[in-house]
Amino acid sequence: MEEKKLMKGNEAFAEAAIRGGCHLYFGYPITPQNEIPEYMSRELSKHGGSFVQAESELAAVNMAYGGALTGHNVFLSSSSPGIALMQEGISFMCSAEIPVVMLNISRGGPGVGGIQPGQADYRQATKGGGNGDYHVPVFAPASVQESVDLIYDAIPIAERYRNPVMILADGMLGQMMEPVTLPEHRAVRSEAELLAEKPWALNGHGDKRERMVIQSLHLKPEELEAHNMHLEEKYQSMRKELPKYQIKNCKDAEIVFVAFGTMSRIVNEAIDQLKTEGITAGLIRPITLWPFPEAAFDEIDPSTKVVISTELAIGQMMEDVKSAVAGRFPVELIYRTGGMVPTPMEVARRAKQILEAIR
Amino acid sequence: MKTVFEYTRGMRPVTTTYCPGCTHGIAHRLVMEVLVEKGLLGDTIGVSPIGCSILSHDYMNVDMCESAHGRAPAVASGIRRALPNKTVFTYQGDGDLASIGAGEIIHAAHRGELFTTIFINNAIYGMTGGQMAPTTLIGQKSTTGVDGRKKEISGMPLRISELLATIDGAVFVERVALNTPANVRKAKKAIEKAFTVQQMGLGFGLVEVLSTCPTNWGLSPVDSMTWLEENMIPYYPLGNFRCPEEVK
Ligand SMILES: Cc1ncc(C[n+]2csc(CCOP(=O)(O)OP(=O)(O)O)c2C)c(N)n1
Repeated sequence: MEEKKLMKGNEAFAEAAIRGGCHLYFGYPITPQNEIPEYMSRELSKHGGSFVQAESELAAVNMAYGGALTGHNVFLSSSSPGIALMQEGISFMCSAEIPVVMLNISRGGPGVGGIQPGQADYRQATKGGGNGDYHVPVFAPASVQESVDLIYDAIPIAERYRNPVMILADGMLGQMMEPVTLPEHRAVRSEAELLAEKPWALNGHGDKRERMVIQSLHLKPEELEAHNMHLEEKYQSMRKELPKYQIKNCKDAEIVFVAFGTMSRIVNEAIDQLKTEGITAGLIRPITLWPFPEAAFDEIDPSTKVVISTELAIGQMMEDVKSAVAGRFPVELIYRTGGMVPTPMEVARRAKQILEAIR
Repeated sequence: MKTVFEYTRGMRPVTTTYCPGCTHGIAHRLVMEVLVEKGLLGDTIGVSPIGCSILSHDYMNVDMCESAHGRAPAVASGIRRALPNKTVFTYQGDGDLASIGAGEIIHAAHRGELFTTIFINNAIYGMTGGQMAPTTLIGQKSTTGVDGRKKEISGMPLRISELLATIDGAVFVERVALNTPANVRKAKKAIEKAFTVQQMGLGFGLVEVLSTCPTNWGLSPVDSMTWLEENMIPYYPLGNFRCPEEVK
């Protein structure tokens, strides 16, 4: 049954994963996402699932691989430095074609950095910190409700492609309280139903079939190339099927902002502020960061003067914005970093300066 | 005619690619014989991490997955939590378990995870061509210690069984060797007990198997057996370190 509640972001995210059918959770404490393992430790067993506090994020991601290769749904969460440790497992699971859903409640970096919200994991999430030719779809919610919906929807997406899927939400979303409508619990599948849906899952051959192997090693280069081309076909389908974005008055806008997550909420207010000063501005809000929603940029009116990548990072998304804009408009950057979050007034003021310089 | 020896159906009818005189083949067979005799073959999932034995899944007739270097105990923990009624084992080398995966094995033991680890100690990194392992003996030559291991530089070789036996969750720990037929029989007994401990839900079990690596030791298969007996066993004493009452 759907349920409306006022919830803290992190707890709502954990509940969304449980309602989505995640059976196993492996985690390690790190701020600002600690409410997630805490919530899972209390709640998951009530739904027949298992919680394990791993000895490290490295262990957590490998436990996730082990759990998920049996066909059961696994949820993982961490924050920036913890996600850095998980890169080995992400690359491995892409190669072995094992689905998991993982959530990064990101904070400021590099290194240990700080514990305030950041978006500087953009490159790590979208370009991959692990080795090899692989991709992970990355969804970037802008509210607690949207996070809940994206986590819930990510579970069947991961299953469909047999690939990890990441939700990149910053510390602000994890820590804020917002009203949410929680989705209903997905029907629990029996072991037999799971195996029928996921014939690749390991469960013991039961003396009834050939033994099965889940692998990542391909010593013969021609075999590895063929495997990578098979993976690339999946990534091509993702590029076609997954891009998602929201667009706000880009028709007659002088300025088009590009912003995701928490930053997009600030930009929305900056747009209102600019309007009172007689400047029309619009917003492209990528909801998928990979695949990057390039089609959104075809909707920009030719009269637009400038596209501004607006980030809690120093121009990481701007690289993708530039590539999507493909020289049609000047691309500029407004950012704060290290856990600093700009006010809408600050964004509006800097945008105005950029516009005046271009005029 | 009476059958005195049969090829176990626990092993797939293929030829292994292990070097002549390598004991991986014997260890594989013992594990698979135990699973067949216990009627567990169809209900078992094995984890083969990086190392020469990553290809054990080509030979062992059970469902298996590979794991990243050292992470098999974490992977096995995940499998076991997902499938509480199945049998799970890891089959790990000494570089894998005692070096890069030292954290994972200690914490799997510490949680008392219900799986069995077969720990192949050949005192060297096999797959990558004979580099020093944490288990390489003092004076033993390796490609990253051509003059032999020195205590001042690399410390003393790590005794994993003794270390794990201090952890409450590791309820079965035994060190065996594959150098003589009698020791091979004892090894099988230990492996059998380790799986019984898992079946009974008593805790984590590990069997350390002193093994040979003629290629990287630069010895003939026969001389390797002698070297194991004369050098490894004195430093790595055979025997049981922990065993629950129920399986004694
Ligand atoms: C992260 C990582 N580091 C290093 C390696 C390279 N590597 C592959 S096998 C191996 C050594 C394995 O030795 P051991 O565990 O003793 O098993 P053996 O080959 O002797 O059976 C190493 C270092 C790797 N595959 N992954």
